[in-house]
Amino acid sequence: MSNQRLPKGMSSGKKINPKSLIRVIKMLCSFYPVLVPFVGVCIVICSVVSSIPAIFLQKTIAVIEKYAKMTGFSGSTLWTMAKKEILPLIVILVILYVISIILMTVYSLLLAKITQGFLSKLRIKMFDKMQNLPIKYFDTNKHGDIMSRYTNDIDTLRQLVSQAIPHILQSGIIVLSVMIIMLWYSFWMTIVVFAGVFTMLYVSKVIGSGSAKFFIAQQKSVGKTEGYIQEMMNGQKVIKVFCHEDRANEDFDRLNEELCQNAFKAHAYANCLGPIIMNIGNILYVICATVGGILLVTKVPNIGISTLVSGSVTAALSVSIIISFLNMTKQFTGNLNQVSQQINAIAMALAGAERVFELMDSEPEDDNGYVTLVNAKYENGELIECAEQTGRWAWKHPHGDGTLTYTPLAGDIVLKDVDFSYVEGKQVLRNVSVYAKPGQKVAFVGATGAGKTTITNLINRFYDIEDGKIRYDGININKIKKSDLRSSLGIVLQETNLFTGTVMDNIRYGKLTASDEECIAAAKLVGADGFITRLPDGYNTMLTNNGTNLSQGQRQLISIARAAVGNPPVMILDEATSSIDTRTEAIVQRGMDKLMEGRTVFVIAHRLSTVKNADVIMVLEKGKIIERGTHADLIKEKGTYYQLYTGAFELE
Amino acid sequence: MLKKLARSIREYKLPVLLTLFFIAAEAAIESLIPSITAKLVNNIKDGVSVAYILKTGGILVLLAILSLSCGGIAGYTCAKASAGFSKNLRKDMFRNIQRYSFGNIDKFSSSSLVTRMTTDVNNVQMAFMMIIRIALRAPLMLIFSIFMAFYIGGKLALGFVFIIPVLAGGLLLIAKFAMPAFRRVFKKYDRLNESVEENVRGMRVVKGFSREDYEKQKFAAASDDIRADFTKAEKIVSLNGPLMQICIYFNMVFVLTLGSYAILGGKSSIDVGEISAMLTYGFQVLMQLMMISMIYVMLTMSAESAKRIVEVLDEQPNIHNPENPVYEVKDGSVGFSGVNFKYSEHGKKFVISDINLKIESGMTVGIIGGTGSSKSTLVQLIPRLYDVNEGTVTVGGIDVRDYDLNTLRNAVGMVLQKNIIFSGTIKENLRWGNENATDEEIAAACRLAKADEFIETFPEKYDTVIEQGGSNVSGGQKQRLCIARALLKKPKILILDDSTSAVDTRTDAGIREGFKNYIPETTKIIIAQRISSVMDADLILVLDDGKITGKGTHEELLKTSAIYKEVYEQQISGGGLNE
Repeated sequence: MSNQRLPKGMSSGKKINPKSLIRVIKMLCSFYPVLVPFVGVCIVICSVVSSIPAIFLQKTIAVIEKYAKMTGFSGSTLWTMAKKEILPLIVILVILYVISIILMTVYSLLLAKITQGFLSKLRIKMFDKMQNLPIKYFDTNKHGDIMSRYTNDIDTLRQLVSQAIPHILQSGIIVLSVMIIMLWYSFWMTIVVFAGVFTMLYVSKVIGSGSAKFFIAQQKSVGKTEGYIQEMMNGQKVIKVFCHEDRANEDFDRLNEELCQNAFKAHAYANCLGPIIMNIGNILYVICATVGGILLVTKVPNIGISTLVSGSVTAALSVSIIISFLNMTKQFTGNLNQVSQQINAIAMALAGAERVFELMDSEPEDDNGYVTLVNAKYENGELIECAEQTGRWAWKHPHGDGTLTYTPLAGDIVLKDVDFSYVEGKQVLRNVSVYAKPGQKVAFVGATGAGKTTITNLINRFYDIEDGKIRYDGININKIKKSDLRSSLGIVLQETNLFTGTVMDNIRYGKLTASDEECIAAAKLVGADGFITRLPDGYNTMLTNNGTNLSQGQRQLISIARAAVGNPPVMILDEATSSIDTRTEAIVQRGMDKLMEGRTVFVIAHRLSTVKNADVIMVLEKGKIIERGTHADLIKEKGTYYQLYTGAFELE
Repeated sequence: MLKKLARSIREYKLPVLLTLFFIAAEAAIESLIPSITAKLVNNIKDGVSVAYILKTGGILVLLAILSLSCGGIAGYTCAKASAGFSKNLRKDMFRNIQRYSFGNIDKFSSSSLVTRMTTDVNNVQMAFMMIIRIALRAPLMLIFSIFMAFYIGGKLALGFVFIIPVLAGGLLLIAKFAMPAFRRVFKKYDRLNESVEENVRGMRVVKGFSREDYEKQKFAAASDDIRADFTKAEKIVSLNGPLMQICIYFNMVFVLTLGSYAILGGKSSIDVGEISAMLTYGFQVLMQLMMISMIYVMLTMSAESAKRIVEVLDEQPNIHNPENPVYEVKDGSVGFSGVNFKYSEHGKKFVISDINLKIESGMTVGIIGGTGSSKSTLVQLIPRLYDVNEGTVTVGGIDVRDYDLNTLRNAVGMVLQKNIIFSGTIKENLRWGNENATDEEIAAACRLAKADEFIETFPEKYDTVIEQGGSNVSGGQKQRLCIARALLKKPKILILDDSTSAVDTRTDAGIREGFKNYIPETTKIIIAQRISSVMDADLILVLDDGKITGKGTHEELLKTSAIYKEVYEQQISGGGLNE
């Protein structure tokens, strides 16, 4: 919603990429293989019908002329005679009109259906594709940028399908048929109209490119001013505390004035374009009348396709032709303007379409895993697969020779000599080895950027390692189906992301089949039950907008409960309690300890108190493990951990 | 509401009036042209000289050029008026926001204020441009065209009697039904996009729980639901086209039939030229009606934006300078007596209640308490960022409400918990504290805040440019810069609201040591999560649920405050001095 875009009818310098246009149309046809061509045909018929009145006008006036020249008859007799010729014309016209209006109504309604159906299907398709994209895509593309494909780009596509394409088809057909009719009647007059139209296009191009310059300047000012506003609004409280209001006002006025000047120039140009184009149209109209009149009076022989066909080369122009030309001029210029405006709209929409396609064409996350997680039970001391929920899980591992083996899900994770980099050449992890036995608590400590979170990203295969091996219960994780791998890992991230829905819905996200009781039990386990029951609607309290109505600590508790309800054998806690104040954390800690019992847990924490009781603590620096051991060992070592612990280093 | 907005036109009244005048002139001329052309055509039919044709043609071209000039000038003045209007609107909003107190600021989120000053102002500017250019022009053209049509066409214009009410009524009905339908759809549409945003943001959660298919199903259902609603709304609007076409076609048939009857029947002075003119006027009338309905839609759409702008303009700051204010703060003593406070008038519970406190000038006071215990609220009452509901807060022995606001706030240096470094150089940021600070003073403040060490490591030192949001300095560095900025004010009272949480304990201790040695006469109030940050204060307050539940020195509190003891033990035994 911005007026800073180039106004319609002005060239923005964008070129239409026919490939994308074809892809959009192909897509439309594949969604609605019958309706789309049907609507197309309707539009063509209606457009032709709406350009033929010129013929009827000419014919009727010609009849009038013919009879008006006859003298000696009374008015009513003339009319009775002319009626026989005029009325049939009008009846045909009315019939054509009625058909055209019926068709138009039908296709307008269908178009609404097609447009929305297309958008919905495209949205769903895009969303489906998006869900399959690797995490890397979301880490490397700005979220706002991804979002704008769903908002702005889809909106421009709506314009394209519901307006630009039908209009351009309609206007194009009208321009074409009017042109044929014009040529049919008179070459001379057609030349006059063409000359006028070219002037019009030329002028609008000149003004358009002049204006574009100022629009770019305006765009820059808008960016600067908006940036300033944003910064000041965010820092409003600081401004107050420092009594900085007057200075802020001064700076703002300067930017605001500059924006005003640039906006004025850009709009002044754009505003003038309309009247100029319209009046060139008016002048053309007048010139048509004048030239036509002169041709008529001077009896210059009229040449047109009609005269060539009938062979009456010497006949002069008739008033009826001039009049229908006057109307055709308006129609012609009007529709030509439409086309030039729509071309811009199409270029803009296609730019949007390309961004949508770009997302849809991005390489999806591949999943070649064939080891799956199944419910299992022991029978005669042997682990076998079963359909019912047993609370016991096993990895089902098909081998090349056709045999199947079942490995119990235990939570044994080994990283061996792992190397990794997000961007080539910038190594993030070097030779990292971690051994986590089932039920062990492994902690990662280190400065921001040391690679702590990266390790967890590799275990759940958000990213794939470059070198080395990761094994889960002895199986190479590359062989495990990603969805099964991930559902065996409970993840709690520092940045809590809750979804719109009730608190209960959010906890159930961890296990869609969980009963209310299971969800409440999970909340109780992690110590979230207390505050949830105090919420206005308890577990049925609606959370919106990532749970803005909760404190950050409360959000973290819910996300911990969410991970707990799935009862995974392995948990990854990445700064999961960072926003819970120490006193509350002490309370939560008991629940957390209970939660971690019997599970393999990877903990990343800023607060060393949280990791103190870990079985092994790894200190990371620049992608390398520089110290490892228990709390007591590391304190004894008096190395980096010791310095962190005593507060000599900041963890920033 | 409109009156309130119109107040921002101010110096741009003349361009507005000029626009209206030239638009009216343009409309009048433009309505005249077809009738003169009609006459020309009639005369051509009856046979006239080339000279006559050229003369009339010349007049017509002149008229068109005149209309073009009027339109051009109107476009120019309109651009001036609308750009100026939106400038003033932004300025008025910005000015008013600068007058807001913390209470006012809390009412609006900062992102909502940004939207109001950008998108909403744009919408209103567009609507304003529409109004002054088209809102007058369309009805004028409509009236002129109808008048001219009846004047030259007589009975032929009777068709309009049918067209105008049908089209006007039809358009109005469409707008009336479509608008609420669209509004409903857009709301749903926003919600859909919010859910996409949730997904994009929370993709790690979705993937972490392998919920891709679940999300796909949810989205497909929501998208299809919107499709159904949207289709209904679009269908209503899509009737516009056929309706318009019916009227054009009706006029065509009507004019042709009645026209040929009238000419041949000889019952009136109508000639073929008029037929052409009538078709043109008919078309013009339809276009204008279409315009009017478009304006109607535009205006209702921008009404929402206008409302949001007026909300910002109408918001009255609730903290004012007193009459005959005190311009000098004697010393840094602070007193609270019987203070109760709540953020909203309608709030059931006081956020802060029953606070009685005496802080001598030069004391160091530590405040500790869990999240939501209102520590920040308490200290924000001192520089009168909020006004108490009951009781009094005094600074230097005088009620804060008696001071000149700037005097008071300049005497109280406050480092907020959610702190902001602005884009610009480090020096520019620090000068917020004192515009005229010398380089030595700046360096001294940075030494005291322990910020000099890292500033010196930057190649540009004090001229290092801080990016927006301070993204190129770490959290701990940012906090130290903010402390230095507050120190430059040379405040009588310095308040640190959890301002060293990201600073390591050793540096933190160094900063406190510096305070003790170099600014002994300044009252220091320190809010902290870390008990080590407040342990050595002269007075420590333990806040719980807006009440002071413990008061005293570290040793005293260990004996008297269960909460303090618990926190202390948890931090000392649980995580060393680091947290």
